[in-house]
Amino acid sequence: MSQVASQTEYNYKVVRQFTIMTVIWGLIGMSVGVLIAAQLVWPALNFDTPWLTYSRLRPLHTNAVIFAFGTSALFATAYYVVQRTCQTRLFSDKLAAFTFWGWQLVIVLAVITLPLGITQGKEYAELEWPIDLLITIVWVSFAVVFFGTLIKRKVSHIYVANWFYGGFILTVAVLHIVNSMAIPVSLTKSYSIYAGAVDAMVQWWYGHNAVGFLLTAGFLGMMYYFVPKQAGRPVYSYRLSVVHFWALVSLYIWAGPHHLHYTALPDWTQSLGMVMSIILFVPSWGGMINGIMTLSGAWHKLRHDPILRFLVVSLSFYGMSTFEGPMMAIKSVNALSHYTDWTVGHVHSGALGWVAMVSIGAVYHLVPNLFSQGRMYSTKLINTHFWLHTIGVVLYIVAMWISGVMQGLMWRAVNSDGTLMYSFVQSLEASYPFYFMRFVGGVFIVTGMVIMLYNVLKTVSAEKDSLEAEVHPA
Amino acid sequence: MDYGTFRGIFTLVLMVLFIVIVWWAFSKRSKSKFDEAANAIFEDENKHKTTINDKKKESEK
Ligand code: HEM
Ligand SMILES: [Fe+2]
Repeated sequence: MSQVASQTEYNYKVVRQFTIMTVIWGLIGMSVGVLIAAQLVWPALNFDTPWLTYSRLRPLHTNAVIFAFGTSALFATAYYVVQRTCQTRLFSDKLAAFTFWGWQLVIVLAVITLPLGITQGKEYAELEWPIDLLITIVWVSFAVVFFGTLIKRKVSHIYVANWFYGGFILTVAVLHIVNSMAIPVSLTKSYSIYAGAVDAMVQWWYGHNAVGFLLTAGFLGMMYYFVPKQAGRPVYSYRLSVVHFWALVSLYIWAGPHHLHYTALPDWTQSLGMVMSIILFVPSWGGMINGIMTLSGAWHKLRHDPILRFLVVSLSFYGMSTFEGPMMAIKSVNALSHYTDWTVGHVHSGALGWVAMVSIGAVYHLVPNLFSQGRMYSTKLINTHFWLHTIGVVLYIVAMWISGVMQGLMWRAVNSDGTLMYSFVQSLEASYPFYFMRFVGGVFIVTGMVIMLYNVLKTVSAEKDSLEAEVHPA
Repeated sequence: MDYGTFRGIFTLVLMVLFIVIVWWAFSKRSKSKFDEAANAIFEDENKHKTTINDKKKESEK
């Protein structure tokens, strides 16, 4: 019936689909994470089955959490935010639906091929060339829908969140296409067109900027909409957010060599990467402060609102990892941290602390809004989830810090005659207790995700408008 | 122009561009426009409500 109406109002169908899949993929991706964490404690858990081995499940885990969980959250929120801030419907419903089903197909293909051992072997870019082609088509459609919506906006100003989303979409397209250049030899095997040090440089140009534009800029777009919206007040400083955007996008590109310290990369490139990484601290903290200060004068809201707590604590983790990152980029520090669990700790303070918490907060904000409810089914359960997640992340990163620094120190320790003091296996043995600690942290986090799924399903299936918003006196 | 000179000039251009952006962002002229933009996220509640109500009507049919 409502042909006319559907042209004027928002398309929430695709947002709902991506939102629900965010929760489901989050649970699956993190569960695989717990399984591989357990395998590092109890190696027998691969059951001598090739497709259950650590080497095949690790890329499955990273792909599932980054591209299935995180990117679904980005699709959902980008489509939601661009419509609401441009006050117009998505550019094309059909193309938006295509991006949903296309992206789910990409993920399903990843879930099938990675355990089979079909891989290009490039970190965060493992998927073979036919899937890479599909990703390209879906991503270009995403860009068309997003920028098409921006162009037909009903307001003159483009809200800052859209700048971050737009930067993320464009850059990821370029990164993916350049890094995935390969010559196919069969349907399931291809060889990169790059070789040697150039291959390493291209790979970490990709890897680093994927962190900068997918795991950072994309989620900052999320932050700049959902933090003010959940807090019920405008962002602390809009001009700072504008400077934040331009500083971040102009600086991030240069810092990639910090992934290749002390390699075949020219020395000056490494030093440049180090200096630019340290400078990157400034816009990062500017953005974090801008987000957190949005609550100034409304701190009391944190007491009643676990959703806001998810969002604000995610910003604290963002601040922590963007302090830690520049420090690890200093060559002498990197000499200790590189190849150790410290890097893994850093990654997860970013991924579980920042990316996951801001996404979880956004989903808890979205679900009642999308399914016509005043609030989530249970605010108490959100609070439980918040504590399970926070404790889990802290257990995880503390374990990896200790294990990482210990490994770094053991590997470089030498006897007076210059021989190594410890064998590799000795350092591995010393890490066991911390691998167990990480496993426990992971169980906390997955338990939280199960609770989240239950809470979301209860909210979605509740009678419309039956859950009324809670009112708290100021 | 050799590569080094090109890079030098390119870096300089980027730096100037960045300073111009900061200057623009903090200029008085942008202030009111930015205040408006920051508050704009609270101004589409009507459209949001119609979208949600539309869905309800459909599910009641
Ligand atoms: C100012 C910001 C940041 C800087 C300068 C930075 C710097 C670094 C450095 C030096 C490493 C270790 C490289 C090595 O020794 O192999 C690293 C690894 C990593 N960081 Fe960051 N980091 C920053 C923020 C973040 C954030 C916010 C996230 C996540 C959302 C993140 C995710 C990662 C990932 C995934 C890796 C692992 C790459 C691998 O697989 O080896 N980083 N970062
Ligand atoms: Fe990096």
